[in-house]
Amino acid sequence: MVREISLKIDGKEINAKEGTTILQAAKANGIEIPTLCYDERLEPYGACRLCTVEIVKGGGRRLVASCVYPVEEGLEVETNNEKVRKIRKLILELLLPLLSPSEEGSEAGPIEVLAKKYGAEKSRFKTELTNCTLCGLCVRYCAEVKKANAICFIDRGTRRQTAFLPEIAPNQCLACRECFSLCPTGEIVSLVEGTMYSLSTPISEKIKKKR
Amino acid sequence: MTELEKLRSEIIARGDPKKSIITVCASTGCSALGARKVIESLREEIKKQGLGGEVEIKETGCLGFCELGPRVIVYPEEIPYFRVKPQDVSKIVSETVVNGKIVEHLLYVNPVTGEKAQKLEDIPFYKHQLRLLLKNNALIDPKKIEDYIALGGYKALGKALFQMTPKQVIKEIKKSNLRGRGGGGFPAGRKWETTCNAPGEPKYVLVNCDEGDPGAFMDRSLMEGNPHSVLEGLMIGAYAIGANEGFIYVREEYPLAVENITTAIKQAEDHGLLGKNIMDSGFNFRVKVHRGAGAFVSGESSALMAAIEGKVGEPRPKYIHTAVKGLWERPSCLNNVETWANVPLIILNGADWFRNIGTSSSSGTKIFSLVGKVNNTGLVEVPMGITLRDLIFKIGGGIRGGKKFKAVQTGGPSGGFIPEKYLDLSIDFDELAKVGSMMGSGGVIVMDEDTCIVDVTRYYVDFLSKESCGKCVPCREGLRQILNVLNRICSGLGEGEDLKNLEDLSKLLKEASLCALGTTAANPVVTSLTHFRGEYEAHIHEKRCPAKVCRALVAYYIQPEKCQACMACLKNCPVNAITGDKDTVHVINQEKCIRCGTCYEECPFNSIEKISPPIPLPPRHGIKVKRKKKKE
Repeated sequence: MVREISLKIDGKEINAKEGTTILQAAKANGIEIPTLCYDERLEPYGACRLCTVEIVKGGGRRLVASCVYPVEEGLEVETNNEKVRKIRKLILELLLPLLSPSEEGSEAGPIEVLAKKYGAEKSRFKTELTNCTLCGLCVRYCAEVKKANAICFIDRGTRRQTAFLPEIAPNQCLACRECFSLCPTGEIVSLVEGTMYSLSTPISEKIKKKR
Repeated sequence: MTELEKLRSEIIARGDPKKSIITVCASTGCSALGARKVIESLREEIKKQGLGGEVEIKETGCLGFCELGPRVIVYPEEIPYFRVKPQDVSKIVSETVVNGKIVEHLLYVNPVTGEKAQKLEDIPFYKHQLRLLLKNNALIDPKKIEDYIALGGYKALGKALFQMTPKQVIKEIKKSNLRGRGGGGFPAGRKWETTCNAPGEPKYVLVNCDEGDPGAFMDRSLMEGNPHSVLEGLMIGAYAIGANEGFIYVREEYPLAVENITTAIKQAEDHGLLGKNIMDSGFNFRVKVHRGAGAFVSGESSALMAAIEGKVGEPRPKYIHTAVKGLWERPSCLNNVETWANVPLIILNGADWFRNIGTSSSSGTKIFSLVGKVNNTGLVEVPMGITLRDLIFKIGGGIRGGKKFKAVQTGGPSGGFIPEKYLDLSIDFDELAKVGSMMGSGGVIVMDEDTCIVDVTRYYVDFLSKESCGKCVPCREGLRQILNVLNRICSGLGEGEDLKNLEDLSKLLKEASLCALGTTAANPVVTSLTHFRGEYEAHIHEKRCPAKVCRALVAYYIQPEKCQACMACLKNCPVNAITGDKDTVHVINQEKCIRCGTCYEECPFNSIEKISPPIPLPPRHGIKVKRKKKKE
């Protein structure tokens, strides 16, 4: 039998099943917490940190990622206080320099929408255009749902990027394209097409070109 | 148990106390300086002089004073020799071993008093240390279990297995107040208890030897020099926690550590000290060595366990501790090499003995890797609570070249800078945390007045931005932007807003990062901003680097009254930026100059000056040189 746990989110008394996360419990009760790397079909990843909330426990306060923090009896959660909003704003300010701004008239992407909401429309930081926030939705969806493992992360730190596995991707990706709709920046579309083109070019051709 | 004691007395009886033993450090440091050749020459020399039966040559572990390697000690007189070369070997054998005379030129010379040290204790570097963990490094051959057993090895394991219940062992470790030496300082006994009480079988015990801090090598030295002490500690922990399987995670970059611990495991198995039914106690334990592929972040507990599982060594969110749910989701107790090595000592001598060493909140000793601008660099083991001043000035021998002390950075790349006003701070986990730094794994980097704090901070941030796993946004993008700002400041493009941006980002890293790498990564930024804010401001507002390090903010200038027109700078300038001839004072073309500093190094008359901000006096061409009269 799964235990019922009672906790307070934004002052509201809530019951949740043991083992669920704060984010799940909040969602189920109509309390919205912004996320970027979360997808209910996938294992929680805890990377974008936009879902950071403040918890009060045993008199102490702590900032945690709600997508991975399990509900606890008597826990008090504040999902939208000033401290949390400040963190979200700064995270968005860090994400904006990665994106090429959406063209005039076109629909704003999910990050831009959130940025507007948290007052981070203009970033004070240096542009680092990669168009990829490394949320890992494509990588994890491909591995966990499709079990294809055609996309992976390579390198670490600030050099981390997503890449296609040349042994797998050419046979799978063009027919599947399921990760396209997950990508918060749309970068995956051009990445797939670009990569598939270069992967389908025989090596001998490439060498010729170089010469 | 009795078998072990029988073996011990046999080994001791075999040894002849009057026999000469020559120990040579065969660790990584001394090997790099040529210890292997010294050992070979010693063997040949002994053979040549027909002393094969009377003299034993022992390859031992590291003694810490690596800059003076290769190190040789001749027993029973215990005469330490340093910087020994193969050609010195015949003298050591014919004079010291045969005639008991000392080879003067191989002794350590105290640079202050000029006295030669005939004993290790006479060397200031060693005099103020308390070597409990490192003591045996000099005495035993890490590849021979007999050496370890002869010095009381595995006695503590026997005591735990036959005289104590697992609960009593945990109680003893808790009472000793042993805190994790890997950096966090979490009480080891409490961690053991958590794993012991956590639901789920099997339980695991693990050794963290992923020492990745630049310049740190305390764990390597223990693993290379005394692997059985780590193994024995691990086994005692396993018995206490109820684990029958352990993993030793060693970074691939430590081949000798891997070799020695693997040998140690094999030998312990051969002696019935590891494997099934250890010493007939009914306790089973097996251990595997896992070689890690050199990522700094893999030292983080959840990343390390992911790596052992065969996954990418990346931290995972762990609001449930690895002690409860770790390796393969099972309760897993991970401790650092040095933590485990302390365990046999505590079990043998008791928790009270251990608590008497160090401070009330941090008991025992700590091994530090003392490096940077100090006269004596190397590994030192001191009781917790020693002051930074004693560590740097008594053991380290003060600042190199008579320069002024500026700051000391403790705890590796994510430690903080500690300025002069805190030099009398006693070193323990809590005191260091109070001033914004940390114990970390024990790196101590000393900086002098020629160090630019902004530039060093940039170095650490650069290191961490590359060694972060790159998973969470605050750490990856935060460090990227901090580095951008620091790069700008160092290139003279700093702006008024920069310091606020640094502070905001540092706060974000601390509050919102996924793992401890991220939450501590901003320590160098925060502490340098607190204690050396003026230096940042000089860079930003005056375009001046007070330590004259940042290239964009310095210029080189030839002082016309001092220049002897010797052509040295002119010939060596890689970009031909210097004009002049044999009779005229040389002038640096500032437009062409790339600020490499070659001229500054080459000038034999010290007539070149570094200036910051880079606004040199207008060049005066064609001045005839005034030569100094040669002294008769």
